[in-house]
Amino acid sequence: MNIQEFLIPLLAASVIAGTPILYAALGELITERAGIINLGVEGIMLVGAVSGFMAAVTTGNPWLGLLAAMLAGGAVALIHAFLTITLRANQVVSGLALTIFGTGLSGYLGKAYIGIPVQKPFSAIPLGPLAEIPFIGPILFQHDALVYISYVLVVVVWYFMYHTRPGLNLRALGENPAAMDALGLNVFYLRYIYVVAGGALGGIGGAYLSLAYAPSWLENMTAGRGWIAVALVIFALWNPWRAMMGAYLFGGIDALGFRLQVLGIQMSPFFLQMLPYLFTVIILVFVVARHKGRLTSPGALGLAYDREER
Amino acid sequence: MNRLIFKLEKRLTPSPAMVFIIPLISVLLALLLGAIFLVLTGEKPLTIYALMFEDSLGSKYGLTETMVKAIPLMLTSLGVSLAFKMKLWNIGAEGQLYMGAMAASWLPLTFPYLPVYLMLPGMLILGMIAGGLWALLTAIPRAIWKVNEIITTLMLNYVAILWVDFLVYGPWRDPKGSNFPITAPFAEAARLPGLGNSRIHAGLFFALALAVILAIVFKYSRWGYTINVIGSSERAARYAGMNIKRNILWVMFLSGAISGLAGMAEVSGIIGKLQHGISPGYGYTAIIIAWLSKLNPLAILIVSVLFGALQVGGYAVQVEGVPAAVATMLQGAILFFVLGGEVLTNYRMKLFGQKGEE
Repeated sequence: MNIQEFLIPLLAASVIAGTPILYAALGELITERAGIINLGVEGIMLVGAVSGFMAAVTTGNPWLGLLAAMLAGGAVALIHAFLTITLRANQVVSGLALTIFGTGLSGYLGKAYIGIPVQKPFSAIPLGPLAEIPFIGPILFQHDALVYISYVLVVVVWYFMYHTRPGLNLRALGENPAAMDALGLNVFYLRYIYVVAGGALGGIGGAYLSLAYAPSWLENMTAGRGWIAVALVIFALWNPWRAMMGAYLFGGIDALGFRLQVLGIQMSPFFLQMLPYLFTVIILVFVVARHKGRLTSPGALGLAYDREER
Repeated sequence: MNRLIFKLEKRLTPSPAMVFIIPLISVLLALLLGAIFLVLTGEKPLTIYALMFEDSLGSKYGLTETMVKAIPLMLTSLGVSLAFKMKLWNIGAEGQLYMGAMAASWLPLTFPYLPVYLMLPGMLILGMIAGGLWALLTAIPRAIWKVNEIITTLMLNYVAILWVDFLVYGPWRDPKGSNFPITAPFAEAARLPGLGNSRIHAGLFFALALAVILAIVFKYSRWGYTINVIGSSERAARYAGMNIKRNILWVMFLSGAISGLAGMAEVSGIIGKLQHGISPGYGYTAIIIAWLSKLNPLAILIVSVLFGALQVGGYAVQVEGVPAAVATMLQGAILFFVLGGEVLTNYRMKLFGQKGEE
């Protein structure tokens, strides 16, 4: 077996498996940049996956499914925003509550949709001449539309964060909200926007699973990907490019599992399934340890903003 | 133009009345929200709630099942509350439970003829050590490099569940079990005695004893005080010369050990073997119970019974074609309301009209 036959499909599969994590991680990234930790990503993704699936099955249009997933993801993130921004509730616990709520809600709503196929899932569209580039083409440009959109999104988020005025404000929002307030920016309003936008992206991440990756609905189908996305944001040091690299790395671990047997490596499927989780723990410890625990996380991350305690 | 504005004013001391009223109102509001949701999806909420109540609290059988579910909830909730007290977010109780169950099962599966006075204590110790070590895996990087324990404990849940699956589908599978993912049944000596003839087992006494011990430790002991200080302000604890790293390791280990004990009690007291899916998510429900109980060990006992009932009720409605996930959804909603309600314990809400210039 030559390397091309093994490596190209593996890398292409990494991109696909990494895409849902990438969407969710970008969502969490902007949320955390605004100073709010949202540990409800897993729940948001599940709600996105089920509502996207329901809408796509009902309307027959995957794009309407995507829209529904964004709205649903944003709506449940709004609960987190209200609790943590307006009521200054504990962000960790609120996020956990959101995950539990989302798991239950999606399981409840999706019960009737288990085993139903989607008529039109997102399917691969080779990107013209780009898809013909040797090596790179099949890895990056023979996927479905949502993968291409995610490429654009990474560039947009990066450009927004580092090259625009509102992006500068976003970064400052998580560092020093009091200073932003003093400059006359509405800290509460802006944080709401980013938490909800982050939720909408998490919803897309979920919908990618149910409408493209494995077009179907299964209870708990995210299988911890939301948590991996949260870990990924730390690993990425709150940078969208690193998040993209990280997502594909995790996608690669995911994809590698199925392909080890091709290499003649015999391994219990249970151990193969463990790999992404173990890998997440190991890489998180490694990255944090290398920075000696002093990561450049947003300075005000996880703290409620209270005008009277400035 | 008149605008109504509400403002939060910090209370100097949390309102004592609110501490009790809020969880109660939260549960009621969550049920109300659930009811609205059920109506919207074309179900009859009153029938469903009545069924949930009847099957969990309305009969002797239901009450027994509720207690059976409450025991692992009590233990895991006590476990996580110990860690939460120190603001260590151990959300790995589920995995710690599985590892405890696994290690406890090893003894009767390997030495089926041990006498009961060696078997049960041995299983208990093995279960606690395994749960503790599983938690310690995340405590070490947390203590040394401040690696986020939320993510690591959660990831290890998946690993622990897959590990138990590997064992019961593979090397530990009972050859006589007609291909089900179960181990051989334990010897009688490995079974925790039941309360009379019921399914309620001695694990209940573990939970009661632990709750009392923890309540005393939190309230009267020097160590309990240390944990509290570290939890409230790490900086203050450091100035006071408290050893934060050592406490992280100990608290995590003990927290995991208690959840490990929950796993041991499940396999020894209820199931009598190790099998796939021994917990329907007790370790996650524990997070809600611990928070709802304000980390008070005695309150945890009561709230666990309530959530045990919710769990049993969730199974009951499945017969009517309503997904059991409705119980999980209610749990999440309860936690939302508790969190929102906490504002009222710590802040005073002031409503006043304001003449706007707009």
